[in-house]
Amino acid sequence: MFVLSVCCLVGIQGGHAATEGSAIVCAPVGQHSAVNVNAGDLNIFHSASPPAHEIRELAWLVFGISAGIFIVVEGVLIWSIIRFRKRKVDAGEPLQVFGSNPVELAWTIIPCIIVLVLTLATVRTIREVELESAPAGALEVDVIGHQWWWEYRLPAPSGAIVVTANELIVPVGRPIWLSLRSADVIHSWWVPRLAGKTDVIPNHLNHTWFQAEAEGTYLGQCAEYCGNQHANMLLRVRVVSVEAFEMWCAAQLAPQVADASGVDGRALFLELACMNCHAIDGVSKGAFGPNLTHLMSRETIGAGAAPLNPQTLRAWIDDPQSIKEGCNMPSLKLEASQLDAVVAYLLTLK
Amino acid sequence: MTLAEHHPTIPAEVSRTLGARLHGWAVTVDHKRLGIMYVCFGLIFFVIAGIEGAMMRAQLAQAAGKVVDPATFNQLFTMHGTTMVFLVGMPMLLGMANYLIPLMIGARDMAFPRLNAFGLWLFVFGAILLYYSYIGAQGLYGTSAAPDVGWFAYAPLTNRTFSPGNSTDYWILGIMVSGFGSITTAINLLATILVMRCPGMTLMRLPLMAWMMLVVSVLVIIAIPVLTGAQIMLLLDRSLGMHFFDTQNGGSSVLWQHLFWFFGHPEVYILVLPAFGFFSEVIPVFSRKVIFGYPLMVAATVAIGFISLGVWAHHMFAIGMSPALNAFFAASTLLISIPTGIKIFNWMGTMIGGQIIFATPMLFASAFLGIFTFGGLTGIMLAVVPFTWQLSDSYFVVGHFHYVLFGGTIFGIFSGLFYWFPKATGRMLSERLGKWFFWLLFIGFNLTFFPMHVSGILGMPRRVYMYQPDRGLELWNMLSSIGVIIQAMGISLFVLNVLISLRKGKVAGNDPWNAWTLEWATTSPPPEWNFDQVPTVGSARPLWDIKNPTDPDSNHEGIS
Repeated sequence: MFVLSVCCLVGIQGGHAATEGSAIVCAPVGQHSAVNVNAGDLNIFHSASPPAHEIRELAWLVFGISAGIFIVVEGVLIWSIIRFRKRKVDAGEPLQVFGSNPVELAWTIIPCIIVLVLTLATVRTIREVELESAPAGALEVDVIGHQWWWEYRLPAPSGAIVVTANELIVPVGRPIWLSLRSADVIHSWWVPRLAGKTDVIPNHLNHTWFQAEAEGTYLGQCAEYCGNQHANMLLRVRVVSVEAFEMWCAAQLAPQVADASGVDGRALFLELACMNCHAIDGVSKGAFGPNLTHLMSRETIGAGAAPLNPQTLRAWIDDPQSIKEGCNMPSLKLEASQLDAVVAYLLTLK
Repeated sequence: MTLAEHHPTIPAEVSRTLGARLHGWAVTVDHKRLGIMYVCFGLIFFVIAGIEGAMMRAQLAQAAGKVVDPATFNQLFTMHGTTMVFLVGMPMLLGMANYLIPLMIGARDMAFPRLNAFGLWLFVFGAILLYYSYIGAQGLYGTSAAPDVGWFAYAPLTNRTFSPGNSTDYWILGIMVSGFGSITTAINLLATILVMRCPGMTLMRLPLMAWMMLVVSVLVIIAIPVLTGAQIMLLLDRSLGMHFFDTQNGGSSVLWQHLFWFFGHPEVYILVLPAFGFFSEVIPVFSRKVIFGYPLMVAATVAIGFISLGVWAHHMFAIGMSPALNAFFAASTLLISIPTGIKIFNWMGTMIGGQIIFATPMLFASAFLGIFTFGGLTGIMLAVVPFTWQLSDSYFVVGHFHYVLFGGTIFGIFSGLFYWFPKATGRMLSERLGKWFFWLLFIGFNLTFFPMHVSGILGMPRRVYMYQPDRGLELWNMLSSIGVIIQAMGISLFVLNVLISLRKGKVAGNDPWNAWTLEWATTSPPPEWNFDQVPTVGSARPLWDIKNPTDPDSNHEGIS
């Protein structure tokens, strides 16, 4: 176990290095692909926001105390295994020791002290991290968990509400106050580098918060088993400059520009079942699936199941089950020409 | 009291036909035969749950594994968890207690022999009902058969809306039926320990294992009915349209969590205290020393029982409880580490100054001390609420609870099986194969479950059928999967060992380990009536008193 522990520490660092290399290969293809060298890094110790910092500090304290206890106990254990193994010279039974009040008192009281210290440290950090209300100046975001995607509603500087899915875009340096609701079962919102997880429970409003210190993409995923595609309910938070955030909001609120290449596809979108589930501003009002008004501003599709580009979009619409087996979007069995038209239309939703 | 030297054989039994002998097993009310059947069924389900675990590890060996589809994977972890807790841990531990407790306290049988048989067959029926779902049930979207809602079956995923078909009903009914069996067994054990003790065996002369089973029985009687009640509520929701947990109609999913974990956390101690009991027998005998601090061990056991009823919400730190509640459950959870720590120290205090014989039971016991210390420390990390906001529902938790439940319960069961196999069968298990088994299991276990802590810290949630390839998780998952192969080799050696030793093992005699408790005073295997003469004891180690008449333990009672 000692060897393994060392491996662990090396691994936590090594895991970091490995992801730096591979993140570039897997860099998202979308238009906003601000390449973040740490995109694949979800290490809870690489915190980038106050709640995650607080937890990290407490974690190191607990690690330290635990390591001390571990070394002492395992040391004594190994010593007694080696020292007191039966030897050939041993004859008769060893001295029978029934106990010792001072010794037993000692190993009752010392753990009590450790427990007291840990409890106080815990209570202190709970108070730092678990806020009762939104911090001053926070951007208040509504998060709604669905089987198996995320819906976000956030106020633009103008006061209008931006509705988007699966990718949360927030300004750097500003506290973000999340109100968590679920449309169906329990989910859990967990972006390790920004904050610990908070469950997203139907009929039970929860809150969490973070304040990203650096621009970049922070990944996470649903952390409470929520059914078939729990594994592909990924979280993606893009932290951008304040100006970029304002531009993004403006773009999200801008009406769609009618584009000739989308006319046939738009007709199909209305004719087929698409509109029942998906909203597109000014076109349809479905609420069961993600809002598609600015679909092509996103980096991934299927809540992160695949990068978003014309090829994956076509494959997804052809048969979502081939990319995300068991998801709630059925294959509509479109013919190739219909598929081309729908994809062409969706590509205009920038 | 004297050591038994022979018991009359029953020639008629040998000549009976196979059918008559099977009939004998089916209608028996003998606690020893029932205990053996519990253990055999438990071992069968252990192999089944192991195969389920191995399939999950095969799937997760690579980032985008294609061994099973998502729906199947979700069934696998549901059934693996449910099976290990309800069909392996509970029956094997209660079964071994069933076999051993009457022998250890000098009784002829359990207090209620027919209730005892009823409990066993309820367990068997519940287990078959659960596994019949693989053939007869329909699950989510008709895609799956076995239950796939996770072993703690969080509402509202279990609601008809999200879990159509009837696989969840199989989960409810199978566990409910076997739960009734556990309750009857617990009542029986409680009554037996309280009223069936032989003359001279006061409560403070009980073998520690009997003390631990006493506390476990109380916990079972308190905890399991809460689960049964919650399951009935869920069944009413699902079949009669009630709304206890139906969040679409004002029900509460948090209520289910409170009810489930009010059962679920004592359950952890129900699973680990009997193993503590086995170790409390094994460690003194193989260290050749009396247990260090018997009264404190008893006090710690009772304390664990009490505190374990007040810690359940530490499974729910991420649900958004108030800071005050979070702090309360953090404190109560940390508190339970004190009596647990005392036990570890007292076992080590027993070993220090001893002449330790590293036979297979003791190998498992000393490995347990090391592993459980580690699992206990990760448990302390999980009691620290903010740390758990990161760690809960991650692979770190999976690593943690396998360190305590595999390293505690399963190692305890194997330690106990090697220790008492000679008593139950009259033959020793092969020590050579036993040591191979131990080392393979020890290495495979650590290789499988240690890397899971790292995966969790790197952000891998539990219960995922796949993980993203760019997150540095592949190495750790591959190591975990390789560990399973080593464990499987070990378990195969164990099965081989049992099969060979049953026929060709060294004949054990009454007392192969030179032990001190009453079960070793009778023959191996014991006669149906256990003792030709009901023994009378003068201390907690009656056989020590016989073997060392110049220094009986009764001289030391009350001194520690």
